Amino acid sequence: MSIILDVQNLNTRFDTPEGEVSAANNINFTLKKGQSLGVVGESGSGKTQIFMAIMGLLAKNGRTSGQAIFQGQNLLELPVAELNKVRGVSLSMIFQDPMTSLNPYLKVSRQMTEVLIEHRGMGKKEALERSIRMLELVGIPEARKRVYMYPHEFSGGMRQRVMIAIALLCEPDLLIADEPTTALDVTIQAQILDLLHNLKEEMGMSIVMITHDLGVIAGMCDQVMVMYGGRVVETGTVHEIFNDARHPYTQGLLQSMPRIDGDHSEDLYAIPGQPPNLQALPSGCAFQPRCQLASDQCRREQPGSITFASERSVACHRVTEIIELNQEETVNREVAL
Amino acid sequence: MSEPILKVDDLKVHFPVDVGTFFSKKATLKAVDGVSFELHEGEALSVVGESGCGKSTLGRAVLQLLHNTEGQVVWMGENITGYPVKAMRPLRSEMQIIFQDPLASLDPRMTIGEIIAEPLVTHNPEIPKDQVKARVREMMDIVGLLPRMINRYPHEFSGGQCQRIGIARAMILRPKVIVCDEPVSALDVSIQAQIINLLGELQETFGLSLLFISHDLSIVRHISHRVMVIYLGNVMELAEKDALYNAPRHPYTQALISAVPVPDPDKEAHKKRIVLKGDLPSPINPPSGCVFRTRCLYADHQCEQEKPPLTTLNEPTAKGNHQVACHKQAEINSLD
Repeated sequence: MSIILDVQNLNTRFDTPEGEVSAANNINFTLKKGQSLGVVGESGSGKTQIFMAIMGLLAKNGRTSGQAIFQGQNLLELPVAELNKVRGVSLSMIFQDPMTSLNPYLKVSRQMTEVLIEHRGMGKKEALERSIRMLELVGIPEARKRVYMYPHEFSGGMRQRVMIAIALLCEPDLLIADEPTTALDVTIQAQILDLLHNLKEEMGMSIVMITHDLGVIAGMCDQVMVMYGGRVVETGTVHEIFNDARHPYTQGLLQSMPRIDGDHSEDLYAIPGQPPNLQALPSGCAFQPRCQLASDQCRREQPGSITFASERSVACHRVTEIIELNQEETVNREVAL
Repeated sequence: MSEPILKVDDLKVHFPVDVGTFFSKKATLKAVDGVSFELHEGEALSVVGESGCGKSTLGRAVLQLLHNTEGQVVWMGENITGYPVKAMRPLRSEMQIIFQDPLASLDPRMTIGEIIAEPLVTHNPEIPKDQVKARVREMMDIVGLLPRMINRYPHEFSGGQCQRIGIARAMILRPKVIVCDEPVSALDVSIQAQIINLLGELQETFGLSLLFISHDLSIVRHISHRVMVIYLGNVMELAEKDALYNAPRHPYTQALISAVPVPDPDKEAHKKRIVLKGDLPSPINPPSGCVFRTRCLYADHQCEQEKPPLTTLNEPTAKGNHQVACHKQAEINSLD
């Protein structure tokens, strides 16, 4: 399988009145064509900023270094004019809040046809027909009538569909979805996830799914990347992450998720403490103040990323012990069964 | 079972609204349309539903922060429906509320000590200052805030800590019931667990009753004894937690539960998800008959004509008091 996105040593910094803040540090990952990558982390973990940097959408005080090779081009070094030939065409992004990312003054028809006229050189009529077909594809009823409406005339779920339709107009090779269903109700979320799943299967589209919901990741993604305090703490296949999590943060996150299935007699496991402030990160490993396994070394040194297989890595000083514990647990579970 | 501390009977909250831009017509938005339930001492009853289903309005009407159009709210045997502000005030010390946005619900110009003390000082102005302070510190300790932070301002705290402040303020009068309106949906996953555990502990320690309003079915499963599912202001199903999650009877509950993603890739891959068509209809112009029928897979002529009443199941296998509002209930559930 060919690689569609190759990110190497990506760093994102912001100049703020309180000094420089590192939102993303030394990020490395690759995404294969037709695969989906889930990026998990809490607010402020830097998960969105990686992809804002790749899309060239950082705030004015932000700077990026490193490489993000997409179809042979390093997106981080492209001038805006060149970047615009890629953005919205072969690389699209959808955002969490569909209301603020659509222009409230323009009819949906205008916002959709604009993309096609600009990038594909289509005539107005042709562009409109294609827009209507795309709205139908994402499941908007009466698309022919609704294409002439303004964003406020749509419900939240419908607006998110319009956003997805716009992102898909030029049939991108890679879609970056930033919390696409967080603002939506579960029944609508199920509709949107089904839609994305079908697009991936039928159009062979690669997807990056940025979310804090591990349930969404479990159902949608092939690869998972877990972020904490601006760094990647663990990567692996979806099965490796859910069945054999090796970073204490990933383990804590999985245990603290309230689950609709499973046992409910006991208290939830709660990771103690608060998520870190990027402006005042703790010394050593960013997770050490909340980690039960933290040692002196963890408080002193930033752990490097230890690679096990091509896509499997963990950034933790205590990983060898954790692997042993995991194995013991598996054995115990098998004995109990 | 003991007498319920709160009894809500056929509660309706309707808002007059203007429809149309220039030639406005008067219309009625039926936010809550005939909800009945009982809340017992020490019980956690959850209200789940999608946005716009009327769950928050229901919470406010129960506390008489909003006056209901029809129906009754009976508090400890006293009918408090339509009580004016003054008559409600003494009762407020027994019923409190926690809001969704933890920072927005705290006055930015008051220290957290003042915020937490405010209900106490309002209801018991005779308590001397040092005693107030002692009780605030005690309460801060109970909810997991360091008492030495008493003189800080809300903006110095994170979301999870602000929610603890909100809980401390609600708890300081030792109320009998707290309405929790989406108390954890604005918080990070690792912090959600902390707050849910805290609410659970407080409930057990103080014998508190909770009316827990949420859209998140996974969280609800953790915190509640009984669960009420509402859709467009109507109760679809009301049952003991395990009965509702293990054997949901209403097609809407079934769809809701199947739509929740489970953090387990193997289960997700093999799960049969019921995907409902379309969106929530407008509560200004709800469907005739059963309000859910426009999105229901089983709806027929009868559902269009008659509104199904909330009926208690009388099967030997039914656990506790399991109520469902669906004409097709028996038919649907005998299929599989």
